[in-house]
Amino acid sequence: MKLDEFFVTGDPLIYGADVSIALTLIGAIFALTYFKKWKWLWTEWLTTVDHKKLGIMYIIAAVLMLFRGGVDAMLMRAQLTVPDAGFLDANHYNEIFTTHGTIMIIFMAMPFLIGLINVVVPLQIGARDVAYPFLNAVSFWTFFMGAMLFNISFVIGGSPSAGWTSYVPLAGLELSPSVGQNYYLLGLQIAGIGTLLTGINFLVTILKMRVPSMKLMHMPMFTWSSLITMVIIIFAFPVLTVALALMTFDRLFGSHFFTMMDGGMPMLWANLFWIWGHPEVYIVILPAFGMFSEIISTFARKTLFGYKAMVYSMVVIAGLSFLVWVHHFFTMGAGGAVNSFFSITTMLIAVPTGVKIFNWLFTLYKGRIRFTTPMLWSLAFIPNFVIGGVTGVMLAMAAADYQYHNTYFLVAHFHYVLISGTVYACFAGLHFWYPKMFNHRLNERLGKWTFWIFVAGFNLCFFPMYFLGLAGMPRRVYTYGVADGWMSLNVLATMGGVLMGIGFLILVYNIYYSFRYSPRETTGDPWDARTLEWSTPAPVPHYNFAHLPEAKGHDAFWIMKQERKQGKTQEKKPYKPIHMPSYSGVPVVMSVFFFIAGFGMVFSWHWMSILGLIGVLATMVIRSFDYDKGFYVSVEEIEEDQKRTTL
Amino acid sequence: MESVEYSPNTPLEYQSETGRLNILGFWIFLGAEIALFSTLFATYLVLVGRTAGGPGPEELFELSGVLIETFLLLTSSFTCGLAIHYMRNHSLKGLFLWLGITLALGLGFLGFEIYEFVHYIHEGAALTTSAYWSAFFVLVGTHGAHVTMGIAWIILILIQLKQRGLTPDTTRKVFISSLYWHFLDVVWIFIFTAVYLYGMVM
Repeated sequence: MKLDEFFVTGDPLIYGADVSIALTLIGAIFALTYFKKWKWLWTEWLTTVDHKKLGIMYIIAAVLMLFRGGVDAMLMRAQLTVPDAGFLDANHYNEIFTTHGTIMIIFMAMPFLIGLINVVVPLQIGARDVAYPFLNAVSFWTFFMGAMLFNISFVIGGSPSAGWTSYVPLAGLELSPSVGQNYYLLGLQIAGIGTLLTGINFLVTILKMRVPSMKLMHMPMFTWSSLITMVIIIFAFPVLTVALALMTFDRLFGSHFFTMMDGGMPMLWANLFWIWGHPEVYIVILPAFGMFSEIISTFARKTLFGYKAMVYSMVVIAGLSFLVWVHHFFTMGAGGAVNSFFSITTMLIAVPTGVKIFNWLFTLYKGRIRFTTPMLWSLAFIPNFVIGGVTGVMLAMAAADYQYHNTYFLVAHFHYVLISGTVYACFAGLHFWYPKMFNHRLNERLGKWTFWIFVAGFNLCFFPMYFLGLAGMPRRVYTYGVADGWMSLNVLATMGGVLMGIGFLILVYNIYYSFRYSPRETTGDPWDARTLEWSTPAPVPHYNFAHLPEAKGHDAFWIMKQERKQGKTQEKKPYKPIHMPSYSGVPVVMSVFFFIAGFGMVFSWHWMSILGLIGVLATMVIRSFDYDKGFYVSVEEIEEDQKRTTL
Repeated sequence: MESVEYSPNTPLEYQSETGRLNILGFWIFLGAEIALFSTLFATYLVLVGRTAGGPGPEELFELSGVLIETFLLLTSSFTCGLAIHYMRNHSLKGLFLWLGITLALGLGFLGFEIYEFVHYIHEGAALTTSAYWSAFFVLVGTHGAHVTMGIAWIILILIQLKQRGLTPDTTRKVFISSLYWHFLDVVWIFIFTAVYLYGMVM
């Protein structure tokens, strides 16, 4: 392979990216060396098994990926603003919409949510860590290395260009001969390992690590939504693992699962992909529902309305999520009976979702609402998500779908559910739990600017797309003609996109501004909130709870505060040493080997992939022989912490 | 500083918090494995008959080899159970003996499977021949790769048993690997039925 095939060449945008990557790397290395932070980086972050730190790293990575995916979106909007634009050529445009979709779903939405779950859920259930802290670190690092592998594709070897759904035969070897598609397969495969482990880890954590006094039906709603999400992950992700492996076999080893020749069946890929892909949609929306439930209840200052209905509706959504996958390809021609079945199951999902919407509305009803930034995001979510949901029901009607299929109507629909559902929730959750993570709030004024600009921009960007779709504009086209008459709506959409970008930049500035100027937290309960994570002091000690808290019902912390107001005081119990797991460098090293193995497979350099896999196995053996029992936090240290925090 | 009293009937592997958590987690992992193999079975069943004019299973499958493989693997599951029985009776010797036999049977299974694969490839049925054979090799091969991993894993655990004897940690590892081994046995029963028996009567 020649060097100019290895590095992507010929495009000024890519050269710009090369330079910026090199500068960032040099800058990071210089800063770490200059401030003598290498040891700090390794001992405090790279080797950590603390769920709070892992959660923060997940969120940082997700915000970076949001930036990357957002730049992709901006480039697409720039190209589509006017007819016959020559900013991007067809292939470059294909690469950009492929990486935009893949990054936003797999490397932005999921890690953002999993990051918040990591930080919040153990605190909400009164646990000192997750069930398997070591595995939690493996989860993060495999996700991170998978994401890095996918991201380097655009400067080394070329990006995938067959869409995030990677339908065959387009994604097959004949029509996508470059290594780009291999990056997709290996990057997702490696990140998928981490996601599956997260699923198992948090399912056991929530089931077994709760404080003994917390009943299942008293768990905070975000914890419930996480529990159900983990069950979906455990049953959906193995399907993706297999689908990706089969396509990898097709492309690297000449098998015939999805080929046009020798008995292969291209539609098998579409089925397998969406058997994972549809539950995946609920993996990224259920935790969002959970967060909105917490935030709405906190700022309406009421217990969540219809707690049980909320739980059962999520269970029903999770079950139905595995029974709707064919609605992604009604036009395949599976026949009336099959399409009708999947049409009905799809529409059924609107029922439990509607139940949830009404529960949120009834929670707000007669509440004494405080319009904080997290609450604003939650309030905007309800109407915007309903627009996305209702158009979803329109798409669910198989006969009508023949008209909407593969048009901007669909693009508008899924951005309405994913952005106003997942992205609003990520922003709401970030503002809400930010003081738990960083010990100061994000600035409310800047937060509201972000909110209004982003929400206005979002609606301006995507609402016109419904009409573009109805006017016949197909998705995934890199340009259109003047005669099509789609320009005015596209100009509006681009303006909206720019506003969203500005909103994001204000958020980033807010992070910097608040770090410098926000007052530090003293109480650990800045919002006067209801669930146990707010009972921890600021900053949260690494063992979370000096004494395990008691959960006496819904909104356990709220009950505690009421009791305190009534003058009931807890008797002071003596502290006991607390057992905590040791940090370990094995997860990050193992994931680096995964990266090496993946990179070797992308280029079919088998010596490198074998070397990488040997490294992975070696780290597993090292782990197997490691009988480290963790350590005990001494009573003196706990007392020291408590003195500092009660001041 | 766990000072909880356990009844003498509580197996060693359940006597620590880590033990109980890891065993539960592994059961859930097996749930994910079921989803994984279900997908492979579904793929295989969809692609049955799509031999693209090449050889089909009815021409190549031989009952004798498959029966020997089945016999070896099913027996190994039984001996694995005996190993756990001896472990529960605190007999390190019995545990070593029966785990050793389990490994030997597993290796025998793998040997016959590799021979079978080589034989098919010689007869002109390889991964690249047709969709049917792709599905066959990946489904049965994934099971075989799991058995290989299981053997390597159990060898590592045997070394640790040698070093440390029967402790809550080592017994936990033995018990979890035994769950894995039985699971592979169950998967094989489905492979035997859905691949071999079905393939021969096709």
